[in-house]
Amino acid sequence: MPELKLNFSTLSQKLFVRLNQGKTPYIFSILYLTLGTTLVYISPRSIIAFLIFISSPIFIYYLRMDTRFKLVIGVVTALVLVPVLGVRNIFLLETIFQISVFAALALGLNIVVGFAGLLDLGYVAFYAVGAYVWAIFGSQQMFLLHSIPGTTSTSGQFFLPASAFYLFLFLGIGLAAITGILLGLPVLRLRGDYLAIVTLGFGEVIRVLANNLDKPINLTNGPQGISPIQRPPLSASLMDALRIFLNPLVGHNVTEGEFYNLFFYLAALVVIVVVIILVQRLDDSNVGRAWTAIREDEVAAIAMGVPLVKMKLAAFAAGASFAGAMGVLFAANRTFVSPESFSFMQSIGVLSMVILGGLGSIPGVIVGAAAVVILNLQVLQGLSLYLSTLRQSGAVIPIINFEWKNLSTQLDPAKYQRMLFGLILIIMMIYRPAGLIPAERRKRELHSRNAAKEDHIEEEIHDVVEEL
Amino acid sequence: MPLLETKEVTKQFGGLTAVDRMDFVIDEGQIFSIIGPNGAGKTTFFNTMTGIYKPEGGQIEFMNQSVIGKRPDQIANLGISRTFQNIRLFGNMTVIENILVGMFTRLRQSAIGIIFRSRYFKGEEEKAHQRVLELMDFVGIGGLGDELARNLPYGMQRRVEIARALSSDPKLLLLDEPTAGMNPHETDEAIALFRRLRDELGITILLIEHDMRVVMGISERISVMDYGRKIAEGTPEEIRANPKVIEAYLGREAMEMSIDGLSDADV
Repeated sequence: MPELKLNFSTLSQKLFVRLNQGKTPYIFSILYLTLGTTLVYISPRSIIAFLIFISSPIFIYYLRMDTRFKLVIGVVTALVLVPVLGVRNIFLLETIFQISVFAALALGLNIVVGFAGLLDLGYVAFYAVGAYVWAIFGSQQMFLLHSIPGTTSTSGQFFLPASAFYLFLFLGIGLAAITGILLGLPVLRLRGDYLAIVTLGFGEVIRVLANNLDKPINLTNGPQGISPIQRPPLSASLMDALRIFLNPLVGHNVTEGEFYNLFFYLAALVVIVVVIILVQRLDDSNVGRAWTAIREDEVAAIAMGVPLVKMKLAAFAAGASFAGAMGVLFAANRTFVSPESFSFMQSIGVLSMVILGGLGSIPGVIVGAAAVVILNLQVLQGLSLYLSTLRQSGAVIPIINFEWKNLSTQLDPAKYQRMLFGLILIIMMIYRPAGLIPAERRKRELHSRNAAKEDHIEEEIHDVVEEL
Repeated sequence: MPLLETKEVTKQFGGLTAVDRMDFVIDEGQIFSIIGPNGAGKTTFFNTMTGIYKPEGGQIEFMNQSVIGKRPDQIANLGISRTFQNIRLFGNMTVIENILVGMFTRLRQSAIGIIFRSRYFKGEEEKAHQRVLELMDFVGIGGLGDELARNLPYGMQRRVEIARALSSDPKLLLLDEPTAGMNPHETDEAIALFRRLRDELGITILLIEHDMRVVMGISERISVMDYGRKIAEGTPEEIRANPKVIEAYLGREAMEMSIDGLSDADV
């Protein structure tokens, strides 16, 4: 088996080297992106077309090309191609939105688990905090504090104006960060398995709180959840202006709902870009190095002057704040939250994205999140859909003479999501234990030495010039 | 002038007294060794001085300031740095990053500076990198900066650990069996390095060591521990001639046989 793996990886390496020569990467990435775009444009529902389209950023990111070119092609994809294709098939936009949400969650969890090495099994609790903050204040819930759970407001009025959403995006970040610190304080003495169990408990506490805080005052409306939650206002004139461009490209009149989908896609995109920049910069600083040092060896880290408590709390707070931001966005996007969305399985899901992608690796974690979301939303559901059409078509498998309609509905692929997922994780752990895109340490010695040499030469030139 | 002074320091684990009323003074600029048989409490004494263990009793003063009750990172910040008996590098970080972690307390980086990459932040990082490169050259690991620490050979890992300890500009460097597992050639190089640390950087060095060649070769003073107590202290010559020391190492019978033999063979 290892030989097979070796052959495969050398083959892909050879291919990659060949792709990276001269102008080839430019031509290849443009062709690939055009192919993906055309395919999705022609058949918006095809999974293969979608997979080709969605995998193009990986090539753009990894092929050796001018950074400005990469940036331009990335911006065009994100701001032109995805919106146009997404409005034609709103499911595509929804998938990308979910990828962004989970990628941000995974990046946040990656700080705690991947960088600082603190296993957190209750991460989704911070997501819940963000979501419930906006759910409670951005709905009619504040009018219903003293009614029995399940009552709906008759006035139709909201407690706060819809534009308070933007304020709450930041409040959600802050509150989640504070929650992170509050969780961190008592559990910092714990390590490894013990820490994992306590954080798991904490995650459940938040969910149970959401479930039961409908009495004595009805804060969360219990298991029924809060609805409707306001979405931020969209300007009608802006929508009309955009329709002029979008309608002909899309082929129908773009509705307000579709504009909201676009808005949330863009908002998630902004958050994810900010998160990526933040994580990258934190990682490449004293703080990031201290986190990694704590992960590698706590005793050595503290003996070298790294304040353990402070740095661990910072990791918890930073990780939690990203989840808080995404929580607010999620509540507004769904216009509905209920405790169900924040179950233990969600925490596990985010954790497996991190592990699948590569602990501590920023591109890895994003790819991990994308892979899991696409598997859940596109591949498995697509297969289920395909099977059910086969069932209805009355087709028969030749040779064994099996009629598709006799296939048990228990064999629906969407029902095997968790099993498949477990299998994938097991296979990954055997063949690629460091994840899809393993974390790499930055190389910098040569660079800094050269920089120093250049400085030195410049100084010498300067001296010579002065002497003259 | 005393740099570090301990008075009656005691550390107990349950019923076992690992360090028993240790009195001890190290002057600035000295190279001082603590020797003693396995289990004598040397490493525990180190851990007590660096704040990893809290002593049950006694005083520890560093530069006339008590370090009792301070956290290890605060003590490191005061200027005590150390290496570990069984090398404790950050294995999955590069050599440069390992050394940069040692500079944690010396770098002033604010969250704002980090996030917005302020000019000040960049300047600090650049200075830190240059300092790391100097330290790497100083301890003789130039060119290995981008290697992962765990991929280095043993002797090199020791040097990285020393560079990491040096990067916080310590006044006092504690070396816990720094030449353990080295071959004679590497040991000679290590001895030369320790001398340079003191002579060129002015760092006071306290080391735990088993290799008598190292101890007798570079120490200016030696303390001998046995069963948690200091049983002798003095110059290398005094220690070599001290019957209590030989007894602690070899037992009473052996002492009577081999006083001369030991001192000849090990120097």
